[in-house]
Amino acid sequence: MLYLIEQCLNGIQLGMLLFLLAAGLTLIFGIMDLVNLAHGSLYMIGAYFAATFAAVTGSFVLGAILALVATLVVGMALEVIAIRRLYGRDHLDHVLGTFGLLLFFNELVRLIWGPAGMTLPLPSEMLTAVQVLPGVYYPAYRLVIIVATLVVALLLYVLVMRTRVGMLIRAGASNREMVGALGVNVKLLYTLVFGLGAALAGFAGLMQAPILTVQIGMGENILILAFVVIIIGGIGSIRGAFVAAIIVGLIDTMGRAFLPDLVRQFVSYSAGSSLGPSLSSMIIYMLMAAVLVFRPEGLFPASSK
Amino acid sequence: MSKIMKRTLLAGCAAAALAALAAAPAMAQQKTIKIGFISTFSGPVAAIGNDMRQSFELGLDHLGRKLGGLPVEVIYEDDQLKPEVGVQKTQKLIESDKVDFVVGYIWSNVALASLKPLVDSKTFTIITNAGASQISGELCSPYVFTTSWNNDQTPQAVGLYMNQKNVKTAFLIGPNYAAGKDMLEGVASTFKGQIIGRELTLWPNQLDFSAELSKARAAKPEAIFAFYPGGAGIQFVTQYAQSGLKGQIPLYTAFTIDELSLPRLKDLAVGIPGAQQWVNDLPNDANKKYVADYKAKYKSSPSFYGSQTYDAAALIDSGLKAVKGDMSKKDELRKALEKADFKSVRGNFKFGPNHIPIQNFYLQEAVKEGDDYRLKTVATIVENDQDKHVGKCKMPN
Repeated sequence: MLYLIEQCLNGIQLGMLLFLLAAGLTLIFGIMDLVNLAHGSLYMIGAYFAATFAAVTGSFVLGAILALVATLVVGMALEVIAIRRLYGRDHLDHVLGTFGLLLFFNELVRLIWGPAGMTLPLPSEMLTAVQVLPGVYYPAYRLVIIVATLVVALLLYVLVMRTRVGMLIRAGASNREMVGALGVNVKLLYTLVFGLGAALAGFAGLMQAPILTVQIGMGENILILAFVVIIIGGIGSIRGAFVAAIIVGLIDTMGRAFLPDLVRQFVSYSAGSSLGPSLSSMIIYMLMAAVLVFRPEGLFPASSK
Repeated sequence: MSKIMKRTLLAGCAAAALAALAAAPAMAQQKTIKIGFISTFSGPVAAIGNDMRQSFELGLDHLGRKLGGLPVEVIYEDDQLKPEVGVQKTQKLIESDKVDFVVGYIWSNVALASLKPLVDSKTFTIITNAGASQISGELCSPYVFTTSWNNDQTPQAVGLYMNQKNVKTAFLIGPNYAAGKDMLEGVASTFKGQIIGRELTLWPNQLDFSAELSKARAAKPEAIFAFYPGGAGIQFVTQYAQSGLKGQIPLYTAFTIDELSLPRLKDLAVGIPGAQQWVNDLPNDANKKYVADYKAKYKSSPSFYGSQTYDAAALIDSGLKAVKGDMSKKDELRKALEKADFKSVRGNFKFGPNHIPIQNFYLQEAVKEGDDYRLKTVATIVENDQDKHVGKCKMPN
């Protein structure tokens, strides 16, 4: 039972990370109708910035804050320089254009930081497990990720649901032309939304950096899962992204934790080890397929267009 | 086209053909030894391929850029960590570049996939890392030599060391590919205690081991054994430390902490033991020269991957010297390579009948000296160890 709780926390932690990526992706996709394959690059850039700034300032927190600001600036600049030319075009053009950006960023990072990758070391007091419930120990840093992401989710909720900018964002998601016709500076709104998405991706990258280290192409595998999350959750819906991210995180972790042992009852040891994790990722895609068939708008569709 | 132009063209062609004919005998005298080198030069594990290339280049420098007295041309190819790419590059080296030797291979699955074209074409091959059990056993070939080890030898030494430390229960974890399976079986074959858990994780994409570390914590073993080569080793050791297990359940490793990962792991790696057949501080002259010159040239420390590749250059040189650079004497070249008449950086070097070295395995530990982190030889765990697959190898004469 205690073990189950610990694995649940692992699932939620992965879900939190997916949420940070998916929230930005879903905002950009939902409001700007832009398929952004370079979202994973912003995740990578956030991690590289954090590792660099933390090394310069000697403080993890300070490094993280600077990295967040820097990623926001990079995101807004990227929107003004490149992304802006893709609006109103076909989705295939988006995919080609942002895939090009992804390759560009990988090479740029290789030129600036070299091919070897970096590490973002944690303060030594983080290298411990905390007792969250009697008998349940959980790595302190992973707990920090969960709490920090919950705070970000709350701030995002307040921003989108309770502020004027948030109202424009929501209005942009439901009817872009009308928002423009009402005299809102849509250009600026788009730049802001893209920057916000970039900052969220950068935050995910820098939070994950101490666990997975910082390397070129680190955002590419996880971006696929983030796309699955926004499809399950409903494109443009932050709440949907939150719920779907936790579902996907739990399925992935529980699958890795329990399926191999289960499958090994029936097949050989090594086959079970490959089959277990494959099955758990299959379940994620089957869930996505089921959502597409029965609720094509996702579990929590953003208000209809 | 006018007649005159045609004639000029014809004459030109004839002249070119004559020139080519005239050049041919000259080339036969000044033959170049062509070496195809396969390793991983892109992605997160490019650091390993880079270390191997630098060590091979240093080896060539030390031999005066000649092997067996002949000038050398090396063609480097990137396997991208993928067996299907590795075999394609291997075929390209054999068929279109027509190389004399193929050197390299980090990954057992890439080496296994590439083995057939190498053996079928009778291309002399020096594997400088991948130690798949099949190549030591039933798939052994007269043309394939290994300067590293068989996969399970190093974890076997770790298992012996765990017995010395009186470990009663252990949890084993590694990636799910050819080498990962060999490693876990290796440690299980010598470890006398009870194995209470065994995990194989998705390779190479899974880098978050939260679920597996929770499993290890719940199983309450006295020790964890891990095999994670390259960047994955950094991730595993970091997450092990972050999980708070470091003070509770000791970690034993094979190929997880090396000179490439240590500068990034720093304190997290200190005190974690592992086994290796070569450590940078082995006190023989060849090794001192290799390590000192490597540090001077590349401003970093060589890893065991590099040391094995440096040995490959010396091994090829010894073989070619024996046949005076005549690549057509395949049988004699093979006999000469089997003698391993060169100074290895690991000290004594001798091939078993399956072309796998018979060698010592040392206990190594990461230590901090001042602001420097380095790997240190602590003890010899096993002497003159021969892999246990040699019996399955029917080497033709």
